[in-house]
Amino acid sequence: MAQAEGQQHPIRIYLWIWLLLFVLSTFSYLVDYFHLQGYLRWSLIITFMLLKAGFIVAIFMHMTWERLALKLAILLPPVSLLVLIAFMAIEGQHTFVTRLASFLP
Amino acid sequence: MVHDAHAATAIPGWQGVKADYSGDKQAFPVPWGKAMMWIFLLSDTFIFTCFLVGYMNVRLSTTDPWPLASEVFSLHVAGHTLPLLLIAIMTFILITSSGTMAMAVNYGYRRDRVRTTALLVATAVLGASFVGMQAFEWTKLIVEEGIRPWGNPLGAAQFGSAFFMITGFHGAHVSAGVIYLLVTAWRVWSGFYDRKGTYETVEVAGLYWHFVDLVWVFIFAFFYLW
Repeated sequence: MAQAEGQQHPIRIYLWIWLLLFVLSTFSYLVDYFHLQGYLRWSLIITFMLLKAGFIVAIFMHMTWERLALKLAILLPPVSLLVLIAFMAIEGQHTFVTRLASFLP
Repeated sequence: MVHDAHAATAIPGWQGVKADYSGDKQAFPVPWGKAMMWIFLLSDTFIFTCFLVGYMNVRLSTTDPWPLASEVFSLHVAGHTLPLLLIAIMTFILITSSGTMAMAVNYGYRRDRVRTTALLVATAVLGASFVGMQAFEWTKLIVEEGIRPWGNPLGAAQFGSAFFMITGFHGAHVSAGVIYLLVTAWRVWSGFYDRKGTYETVEVAGLYWHFVDLVWVFIFAFFYLW
């Protein structure tokens, strides 16, 4: 049986992902080092972050090779967090504007 | 029709509760330890997201300037000021430990007891050095910069509370992971998993460790780089 020994994959693939994570981390560090600002900075940070997170979950945590039922059970619920993020971003902005209007001279 | 028989005849007491909840069904045909670890990590995802969202909320709503992480976390090396140097080193250490962990899982499934133990211990040592650097970073911030959870001389008071809460919780996870890995390493070395007949537990420990690295990816992006 193929599943008898669990998740077994060539070492090569781990080494490649390892190298890739190093490169992506270096890139995100360079974003700060070169003082990139504004939307360029934020989009680069988010891109590198999501790529790193994706590779860790997909390869190191073996999600690529898991069954679809488990993938859905683990990966779908966090999507609901986007609602929380959106609500709290709106709320934070509102509080900021209220503070500017009410508490600053 | 085993399930129906279970439902029909009520077993008294806790045995009945167990029989009802187990129901002779298995939703995910993976080792139970792995399914449970994934579900725990899912709940941990929600906890860490709540912290990061809380941080986003206070940072958006404060009218005081937010301290510049790039400057707060800079190190002075040989007369040069390098932004975020310590944090970058910590990031690379954690990625390296994730790599050694992935290799440990792989050698575990190959039943290579010596290499698996060595890689697990290496992962734990890297994790411990990460915690050590974090202790250094905290000391520097508290003693030299005067940053407290309720205020700091650099700007928004929320900076300290968000920083200590988020990195403290992550550091606690790393510390617990180091202990977890050392226990697993000892069990691999003593032949516990050979007697058990499976090395799946090493993979489950690996899931936890990779998650700790995963959380750091988000903390690094949102707290240190943003």
